[in-house]
Amino acid sequence: MPVWPDSRKGWPDVFSYPPDLFDLPVYGLASAQKQAMLDELLQSLSAHHYAHCQAYRQLVDCNPFDFSSAPSPGQLPVATRLFKDLELASIEQTEVFRQMRSSGTSGQASKITLDGPSAKRQSQVLVKILQSWLGKQRRPMLLIDAPSTVKKAGAMTARAAGLQGLSFFGRHHCYALDDEMQLDVDKVQAFFTEHGEQPVLIFGFTFIVWQQFIQAMISQGLTVNLTNAILIHGGGWKKMQEQAVTDEQFKATIRQTLGNVSVHDYYGMVEQTGTIYMQCEHGHLHTPVWSDVLIRDPADLSVVENGETGLIQVNSVLPTSYPGHCILTEDLGTIIGEDDCACGRLGKYFKVHGRVPKAQVKGCSDTFV
Amino acid sequence: MDTQQKLQQAFSDALGIPPEKVIDGLTYNTIPEWDSTAHMVLIAELENVFDVMLDTDDIIDMSSVAQAKLILQKYDVSFA
Ligand SMILES: [Zn+2]
Repeated sequence: MPVWPDSRKGWPDVFSYPPDLFDLPVYGLASAQKQAMLDELLQSLSAHHYAHCQAYRQLVDCNPFDFSSAPSPGQLPVATRLFKDLELASIEQTEVFRQMRSSGTSGQASKITLDGPSAKRQSQVLVKILQSWLGKQRRPMLLIDAPSTVKKAGAMTARAAGLQGLSFFGRHHCYALDDEMQLDVDKVQAFFTEHGEQPVLIFGFTFIVWQQFIQAMISQGLTVNLTNAILIHGGGWKKMQEQAVTDEQFKATIRQTLGNVSVHDYYGMVEQTGTIYMQCEHGHLHTPVWSDVLIRDPADLSVVENGETGLIQVNSVLPTSYPGHCILTEDLGTIIGEDDCACGRLGKYFKVHGRVPKAQVKGCSDTFV
Repeated sequence: MDTQQKLQQAFSDALGIPPEKVIDGLTYNTIPEWDSTAHMVLIAELENVFDVMLDTDDIIDMSSVAQAKLILQKYDVSFA
């Protein structure tokens, strides 16, 4: 990364995290306190990235706003598409620890640049979030993927990062699929025989769980009666919607095939790895304390009221090595409420409806180029 | 083997590095052999060798050989 002497003038890199920030209760901070914390941190992160990332600086200069005084909804969101077109980094080449890329099957992949501290912070926060759902103990773990997915060389994919991050919560790890992504019947049956009565953790990407695992179990006439399992799955509903499978059908089929399983979807993206939005027992995705969700009108990008549908923006205090603290996604969603979900967790809770139609994306991303 | 030697051997076996490279200052993610995949192999190895059950906090905190000793001491493994 070249250095731009002018940009650093007047913006000394003073960014640092408040002590104990990562000890906050994951879903325990009410709106006013949380927004004050986010306003301050997101402003400082905007200043940090303005000083260290030329492309971000140009974006800000083209879309004038005063990041030192704007509240967090006023901070400039960077469109996810820009992470495909540009290499957005706020660190020197020598500080790069890892590049992450999206696992997208179509088109260009997003490239996310991490230094050591960012990678570490991401795993720490992922563990904090998951601990509040799983507890601190580790469980026998079935990973619905192929062992080779995490062994591929080069930039780490979102899928590999998910498998590795979640594997911290497992023991006796068992990959349910072989390297051709087919059900490994013997391994899976041996796993269920040995651990079926324990609180098993199952993890995988939604469509892979559905297509390669559950459908294969069904077509081979296999069922199991797990007594106390939890399934965490994510990665999007696009392919599920194509097959017209709803969340309710997915959950019902899982239980018919595997027994007593509590099923939790999550929403997350490679541009903000480490932050995941877990689905509670009432079917709502929950925002952890270190991040925020805004919904913007696709037509003019204004922030809409709770209950209205629009483009999802995700804010996170984690990214320091790339300007990904405020990201405008191409997903449509609705904020259902804040601090008052029946499950008792504080923070905004929302639903994701899927990708915005292509034509609409073009219109709004032009604003940011 | 004393506990120090057992620890060195466990790291050496799990990460595939010579035992003499296992020093207190050796840190997670600073050598290619100790990445997040190897980390889980290491955890399983330490659990076997020292007959302990480590939790997720331990996994996140185990960022060096020195840290590994501190964590194992919580489980009554002592290093002379
Ligand atoms: Zn809830």
